[in-house]
Amino acid sequence: MATVKLTVNDRHVHADVEDRTLLVEMLREDLKLTGTHVGCDTSQCGACLVLLNGRAVKSCTTLARQADGAEITTVEGLAGPEGLHQMQEAFREHHGLQCGYCTPGMIISAIDMVQRHGNKLDEATIRHDLEGNICRCTGYQNIVKAIAAGAAAMSA
Amino acid sequence: MYETTYHRPANLDEALSLLGSADDGRFLAGGQTLIPVLKQRLDAPSDLIDIGGLDELRGIEAGDGAVTIGAATPHAEVATSEAVRQAIPALAGLAGMIGDPAVRHRGTIGGSLANNDPAADYPAALLALGATVHTNRRALAAEDFLDGLFATALEEGEIIVKVSFPVPSAASYRKFRNPASRYAMAGAFVAVMADGSVRVGITGAGAEGAFRPAEIEAALATHHSPSALDGITLDEDKMLGDIHGSQAYRANLAVVMTRRAVADLA
Repeated sequence: MATVKLTVNDRHVHADVEDRTLLVEMLREDLKLTGTHVGCDTSQCGACLVLLNGRAVKSCTTLARQADGAEITTVEGLAGPEGLHQMQEAFREHHGLQCGYCTPGMIISAIDMVQRHGNKLDEATIRHDLEGNICRCTGYQNIVKAIAAGAAAMSA
Repeated sequence: MYETTYHRPANLDEALSLLGSADDGRFLAGGQTLIPVLKQRLDAPSDLIDIGGLDELRGIEAGDGAVTIGAATPHAEVATSEAVRQAIPALAGLAGMIGDPAVRHRGTIGGSLANNDPAADYPAALLALGATVHTNRRALAAEDFLDGLFATALEEGEIIVKVSFPVPSAASYRKFRNPASRYAMAGAFVAVMADGSVRVGITGAGAEGAFRPAEIEAALATHHSPSALDGITLDEDKMLGDIHGSQAYRANLAVVMTRRAVADLA
């Protein structure tokens, strides 16, 4: 066991975890931040995406101890006192979800996409960069619309 | 995952000494292959030595006709590096085709090469460009480093420090991805080197891992055009065959990918 210290959604937190504990397990089970989901658990679906020092990573494929000292943003950390984050609002407005299971990962992936490519995202870029996020309900149509709109809104 | 003990050494010397004193230790870089393997309990190392954050293993340098990449440099950094894009755009493009964006933020060139998955992308570039793998002990030519499926020349206690790629006058990488796993069913890296020679690295298709197809290189030696490959076939007995594609399918696909990469050079 070791104590892992993180800054999660701007809060300093810590937990005593086994060395084999995955980051997603620490987030969900120790810190009770269950917005980050485990979908496939085989590094393919992207439901577990979080921002680690600002970049999207698979929290099911990262050890908690590898993240020791890092800044983490989960879907719970996106909304502010003003309300939903622009990307969350865009998913709501454009109905970019059905069951919602993949949505936290989709939104983190979308924000990462804006950080990498800027606020003007064309459909081809969005579809290409969603290669690591799997949705089994929507057929992606409204997710792509939501990300384009959310990206544009983030520049405002 | 079985129980294990995690270490985060401060430098490479400490990492090597931790590995030396472990019962059955493994280096952990980005973990994008190793952690899934551990989760499936296909491996049970006593110790994990995290080298992902070691500055001495990171970074990209271009100059003297080569691009040199630190072993713990993530794919995303290679893909977006101005230096790599200028010197060897096909290598930046290859790095940007590995896995997906989140995998590219963590996975490293050294980890990929040390694992030598027969469908990994970097081995194709390593062979085609005639890269040199620098370890803590020696410098190895690409052909000497790669040693068959999931095997390399790395010895106990030896670690990749950096990889040096000669800058070609032109190069292109094309791959056909398995639509589910995104790994290469066949990938072809074609390079025209400074001396005019053409070198080709094929990944995803060879039964013994990535390889240089002698018959294709010979055909391209004088004509750098797709038509030079008319009638060229690869020996299907030397190809991988599985539920995703037969040996004959991969033998053909490797030529098709090469043809497309050669067309890019025009």
